[in-house]
Amino acid sequence: MHELSVCQALIDQVERVARDNGARRVMSIVVSVGPLSGIEAQLLEHAYPLAAAGTMAENAELVVETVPVKVRCRTCHAETEAAPNRLVCATCHDWQVDVTGGEEMLLLRVEIERADEPVA
Amino acid sequence: MCRDCGCSLGPTASRVPFAAAAPAPKGHVESIEVITAILDENDRVAKHNREHFDAQGVFALNLMSSPGSGKTSLLEATIKALQGELNVAVIEGDLATENDAARIRACGVPAVQITTGNACHLDAQMVHDALHDLPLAGLDILFVENVGNLVCPASFDLGVHRNITLLSVPEGDDKPAKYPVMFRGADLALITKVDLLAHIEEFSVERARKSLRDVGFQGRVIELSKRGGEGLDAWLDWLRAEVAARRAVAA
Repeated sequence: MHELSVCQALIDQVERVARDNGARRVMSIVVSVGPLSGIEAQLLEHAYPLAAAGTMAENAELVVETVPVKVRCRTCHAETEAAPNRLVCATCHDWQVDVTGGEEMLLLRVEIERADEPVA
Repeated sequence: MCRDCGCSLGPTASRVPFAAAAPAPKGHVESIEVITAILDENDRVAKHNREHFDAQGVFALNLMSSPGSGKTSLLEATIKALQGELNVAVIEGDLATENDAARIRACGVPAVQITTGNACHLDAQMVHDALHDLPLAGLDILFVENVGNLVCPASFDLGVHRNITLLSVPEGDDKPAKYPVMFRGADLALITKVDLLAHIEEFSVERARKSLRDVGFQGRVIELSKRGGEGLDAWLDWLRAEVAARRAVAA
């Protein structure tokens, strides 16, 4: 359950983005998480309200986009999906593969609410 | 305290309603594209740690495993074998107690204990803070013994040069399949307590190696037994070669 630590790092980043853009508050946060990142989307969602409490992101919606594990075969060059504990080519079953997806732990997008411009 | 791994998130505290209570926006809403690693602050500190190690020509490595798979015992045997040859220091990570640091100090080398409280892993900042209490000048090897845990430590770069994962025979040969992220990220895997193979028929070294291969582990596997001394020379030679490689980079 290191998702709380990950969430705190996420909120720090989101607040920085929000402040830099003159936000009044954060409306939503979109992250991308792969199975090989070592964090669980559901646990991240559970930890989020605790990490967000008292910050500009309190009450913001957290959207977690999960991405599959993908491998590219060094033998037949096919790119296929794989299980995290069985990184083999789905086409020719060779285990000499390079991981091309599933390691993501990224902040993609922050939706903010800006204070309205004062009317001149 | 979390019943799963001892971190500070309480099992009853994890569901707090949110979003539903959000008031309607008053100003105008704007979407900002970011695309950065969530742990980029940890990665920045890790890079900084690596610069410290490289500036002093110290080979730093991170030992990870379940609790009780023999990390501290391996360190004791390693320190004893390298006495007078290489200068070693250790950073110990545990939730509580100075026990492991005391064991290392009893071997005659410097050790700093990080007690994480309820945190289930070390991060780069904790290691950085520990470095303030540990002079790197004159050191050849710095071992970081992570909190015993096969899940959480895998996500945090500490800035070390190599990650080592231990798998002890009593744990079972399918541990890599169960904890793929931890084993996949390792540069070297040590199968420890192989002297127990005679008593634990369920464990097959061959199956453990296959399980490692299936999770994408591409490093070397060394079989070790502290009691029998088996594999210790291979492990020490691996360490010596890595130290020499660091020196070549620093020179």
